[in-house]
Amino acid sequence: MSKNAIIAGLVVFVATALFPFWFNIGGSNAAPEIELSERAKAARYCVLEKYDMRAEHMSLLDEWRDSVVRDADRLYKGTNGKSFNMSLSTGEDSCLGCHTDKEKFCDRCHNFVSVAPYCWECHTTPEEVTR
Amino acid sequence: MIHSRRSFIKAAGVSVLAIGAAPAIKAVAASGSGAASLPSKTRRPEAFSAKRWGMAIDCRRMNGDIAGNIVKACRKANNVPDFSHKPDEDKYPGLRPPKKDQELKWIWEESYHHAFPEMEDEFLADKFKSMPFLVTCNHCKNAPCVQACPTRATFKREDGVVMMDFHRCIGCRFCMAACPFGARSFNFRDPKPFIPEINPDFPTRSKGVVEKCNLCAGRLAKGLQPACVEASEGTIVVGDLEDPGSEIRALLKENYAIRRKQELGTEPSVYYIM
Repeated sequence: MSKNAIIAGLVVFVATALFPFWFNIGGSNAAPEIELSERAKAARYCVLEKYDMRAEHMSLLDEWRDSVVRDADRLYKGTNGKSFNMSLSTGEDSCLGCHTDKEKFCDRCHNFVSVAPYCWECHTTPEEVTR
Repeated sequence: MIHSRRSFIKAAGVSVLAIGAAPAIKAVAASGSGAASLPSKTRRPEAFSAKRWGMAIDCRRMNGDIAGNIVKACRKANNVPDFSHKPDEDKYPGLRPPKKDQELKWIWEESYHHAFPEMEDEFLADKFKSMPFLVTCNHCKNAPCVQACPTRATFKREDGVVMMDFHRCIGCRFCMAACPFGARSFNFRDPKPFIPEINPDFPTRSKGVVEKCNLCAGRLAKGLQPACVEASEGTIVVGDLEDPGSEIRALLKENYAIRRKQELGTEPSVYYIM
């Protein structure tokens, strides 16, 4: 009578395979809300459109790094006609110059999706300097 | 309407041609109007540029005080850690004490017989024995460190600056073995606790990365002189070696200048006016 054993095995298998789904039922897994700083709100524009920025900021930063370090080109003129200082953390017109609160802007999403970019090992955040 | 095989094939052929030509037509149309809105990356208008950057250090006017200020200014501008600095106990508790032989240097003082070992002489003039000689990366024309780097983290920029992309350094230290001037330092530990005051205009480094003088490339790009030049009271000049009208070329034309370990053929770009 292997029928019962097979069914029991199937039940265990399905339960294990679906573990991530039933484990998270009822939990709050809503994506975190990021908070724009006053400066960023006032500016009303960024280097790219909001959704492009969300999806592409890492490759944009990668491209910027090569351009700055290797070609000494440090001024970026975007498709929106605005100029930006190609820097993550130095100066008023850098990424963090506008998005002043790293914890509320960068870290919330990064923590939610479990990525730990090592940018901050070297690039100092404004708070770190004043602290 | 009578459909012959012939007319069907004709119509099909024209359709295939039209579909095939569409992307090409679109591309031609777009190049007329859309080019202006493509993003661009350029130098800042105020940036300094040169064909080949070089440095001249006037040793006749150099003294211990100026040299000390220069080293300090370099550390401050580039966030080079200082192991004599006591780390903040609250922020970094339980740190092991730093080792002197693991210190990090971008520019530092050296005695004549260390800076120019092959030119030592039994009857060397007394004044050279006590003079401080500032040594740093020579931004060699034939830089051995560039050839040694397996990841191209160290590379030669078109304007002659031997640069490092710290992101790309894997800490193999081949460059340190290749450099005949000992101009490179390795971060054996996190440098941050030993930086007295972090300069927000330049990133720090992390453990496992090699670093060295980059001729303040970031400052040059903003139209500022390197930090050492600013603190040097006129004893250091940085300029274009390939421009016959530059200040550095005028200095080299009128004065006797030597370079370190010239016989190795790396063609250093740092000159010492004696």
